[in-house]
Amino acid sequence: MDVFIYGVVNGMIFVLMAVGFSFVYGISRLPNFAHGALYVVTGFITWSFIHNTGLPYWLSVIISLIIVSLAGIAIYQFVMIRVRGMPISEIIVSFAIGLAILEGLRLQGIGGFKGFIGPGYVLPPFIEGVVITPWVTIDIQRLLIIAVGFLILGFMWVFTHYHKMGLALRAMAQHERAALMLGINSDRMANIALAIGSALAGLAAVAIMPLGNINCESGYTVLTNAIAVCVIGGLGSWGGTILAALTLGLATTIMSAFGGTMWNKVLVFGLIIFILIVRPSGLFGQQKELEERV
Amino acid sequence: MAGEERRKERLDRGIKARSEGLYAISSWREVGYLLAPRAGLIVVLLLAPLVVPSLYWQRVLGLAGVYALLALSFDFLAERVGLVCIGGAFMIGVGGYVSGVLNFYFGLPVALTIPVGTLGGAMICTLLWLPCLPLRGIYFAVVTFMFPFLATSVILAGGFFRGTEGLSPIAGFPNIWVAVYLILVIVLLAIFGLRRLCGEDIGIVLAGIKDNDQAVLASGINLTRVKVYALFIGTLMGCFAGAFVAHFFGFVGLSLFAVDFSIMPIAACIMGGPGTMAGPVVGAFILAPLSELLRGFGQLRVVLYCAVLVAFILFKPEGLLNWAARKYHQFEHWVKV
Repeated sequence: MDVFIYGVVNGMIFVLMAVGFSFVYGISRLPNFAHGALYVVTGFITWSFIHNTGLPYWLSVIISLIIVSLAGIAIYQFVMIRVRGMPISEIIVSFAIGLAILEGLRLQGIGGFKGFIGPGYVLPPFIEGVVITPWVTIDIQRLLIIAVGFLILGFMWVFTHYHKMGLALRAMAQHERAALMLGINSDRMANIALAIGSALAGLAAVAIMPLGNINCESGYTVLTNAIAVCVIGGLGSWGGTILAALTLGLATTIMSAFGGTMWNKVLVFGLIIFILIVRPSGLFGQQKELEERV
Repeated sequence: MAGEERRKERLDRGIKARSEGLYAISSWREVGYLLAPRAGLIVVLLLAPLVVPSLYWQRVLGLAGVYALLALSFDFLAERVGLVCIGGAFMIGVGGYVSGVLNFYFGLPVALTIPVGTLGGAMICTLLWLPCLPLRGIYFAVVTFMFPFLATSVILAGGFFRGTEGLSPIAGFPNIWVAVYLILVIVLLAIFGLRRLCGEDIGIVLAGIKDNDQAVLASGINLTRVKVYALFIGTLMGCFAGAFVAHFFGFVGLSLFAVDFSIMPIAACIMGGPGTMAGPVVGAFILAPLSELLRGFGQLRVVLYCAVLVAFILFKPEGLLNWAARKYHQFEHWVKV
């Protein structure tokens, strides 16, 4: 039973990690490989606000989310806009930015900057406490993750299906020229997509990070997990995303319970590679297979 | 738009037009014009180990050669075949582990482990990437990028080849001259070999695959088969670099799968000029010493690669060598529109 519950929690963690990336890539076809970096950056900004300025927790979270969405806009406005439409350049550029941020956070000894290394960086949980039921003992933060996950998923689904802006974003992904003819400003939409995607990465960071400490390595994990979920679930498909995330969550939890944590990554990578080879458009991908494969 | 507009007009130099055909051998001047860049590269690369001040910088040259081979492999696969393979670290790791294991457990000499590591590693890489070949563009890039991580986690999880500890000591080269000249000669052979290959029939087929694979398919050519050849050639260079690194460092471990080996060749390629073969090599021989100067600053090196990468993609996507080639072949002047 507790394997199942923790599996669901893990699944929700995967959902949170992936939702921003999936939103940006699946909806507006902008691969934001700086996703993991933005995730880590949010953690450190929030931490700095709490410890250096003494702002209350909720306020520093909101401020850092705003900063991260501005960073997302900056990435598009100054960098990605110039390589728009060249997928490989988009990937290389955004990945390079992410790598620069992640490794830059670890820099030491320049201008008295000590680098964010070590176990000292921890975000406090929103609500302390543990729920004890006859089947399972679980802390409230994990329950909160489930709630936040469902909330975000519901919100994003409504946003992309009923709100005008969300519909415009989807229109851009489907056919950019037709969208342009209907008066949708594609650069503005891409800016918005990156801002929301980055904010989602930040939100995921704030929700997940209290479970462990903040470190730069988690940036890579988040990126690979996000890619894993998107690839397995199929890009641009919410149902696929949730299913893939839950599958991965359960699978990794079962793996840790019975086989050892070390094999988790092997499982994730193995699944991605397997799915990519067998069904490149993902379990529920809506793309024509012929366009993606030869 | 107020005022007059200007644009840059480019005209081929006369000597370029003359030296393109059979008339190239009509005078020493044309021959020299054709030979100068090629001979220049060869002479500079071969003289470099003699000129550099210390043993330390000779080792840096060796490492630059490794990066140059990886950059060549990336350039060949991405620009000439259309397979964007950003898993250079995987080739290094596989090549390194194959030759390292042969040397460490079976005690084979360097002269044997490097060829075996190169060929065996290339076969392993090609076989493992074979199922990914139907993928294109982003998907192939993502999968190849994941392979080094997969390999690292498999080795960590299973504790194969002494896990995190790595295999050490691995036999080194007899002396530094052998090592540096080995890699430099291989780099030169690879440049000119690849340029030759791209002019042959198979090179034209590969270029066709890059531009429009459906058309190639319609011509009755087995895409996967041709791509396998290309992938094997590409990984051959990467795995040679890996086998070389194993003996160069005298160590085989998880650090062979480091992101450095994936990202640096791409930076070198973009900087030097994608699609030119010699460009990535030039880029690698600029970037590697530069990053060596920054070694004291730790992670600053990776930040530097990223900065170079972003700056060149944004502001000079043609790269250094394409730019230089234009200056060499053409006049430029401003004309009124």
